[in-house]
Amino acid sequence: MGDLVLQTVAKLIVPFIQLYGMYIVFYGHISPGGGFAGGAIIASSFILYALAYDVDAGFKRLPRLVAKWLESLGGLIFIIVGVLGLAAGVNFLTNFLDKGTAGSLVSGGIIPLLTIAIGLKVCSTIVTLFYHLLEEGKHD
Amino acid sequence: MRLLVKSVRSVLATAILVCIAVLMFSMVAEMPTFGEPGPAYNELTQYLLENTVTDTGAQNVISAIILDYRAYDTLGEASVLFAGIAAVLTVLLAHRSAGRGQKNG
Repeated sequence: MGDLVLQTVAKLIVPFIQLYGMYIVFYGHISPGGGFAGGAIIASSFILYALAYDVDAGFKRLPRLVAKWLESLGGLIFIIVGVLGLAAGVNFLTNFLDKGTAGSLVSGGIIPLLTIAIGLKVCSTIVTLFYHLLEEGKHD
Repeated sequence: MRLLVKSVRSVLATAILVCIAVLMFSMVAEMPTFGEPGPAYNELTQYLLENTVTDTGAQNVISAIILDYRAYDTLGEASVLFAGIAAVLTVLLAHRSAGRGQKNG
């Protein structure tokens, strides 16, 4: 904590880590990767920031309430997509959108939506757990 | 007397271990040799590799399986994540507020 070199390097490298994680999430149905891996990569950028600066700065970047809402939003998107499929007249969580051409970014119907939901969920879970463990060690 | 019990126990243990060893060696002998297609490579693998793109429109076969063919299973997995973080936060926050006798948000 409080080291100038560490803080500067973390500040420079965090956006690139987050961009790479978003790429992994958005291209989950074309190239290797997906929601679990991309969410873990984005969460690692937040963890790096909290390690370089402080847990309180990390909480300022991603407040508890926002993490809580993101966590619930991931599960809600999943269930809402399934219920929309029911409303469209197919089974729960069946592909009801246009499949598109294989290989383009918008293809695969509901698969990109579910990938984004899983990415949000995994990212918020890991970040919340790590921040709380760090905070626990600070007060002793 | 004690010597008799000990010898009987060792003989019995040796017999049981020999039985287990015979079972395990026979199982290893039944395995497919290296490079040969095993029992897991069946018509289901062929079907998925040939028809995934036309069925789902996704190039990644793994994503197509976990988010289209078995999306309900993945919903259960996300629920496991949710339950896990809820349990951990319950324990940690109770410990934090009870440890010092004062609440901070």
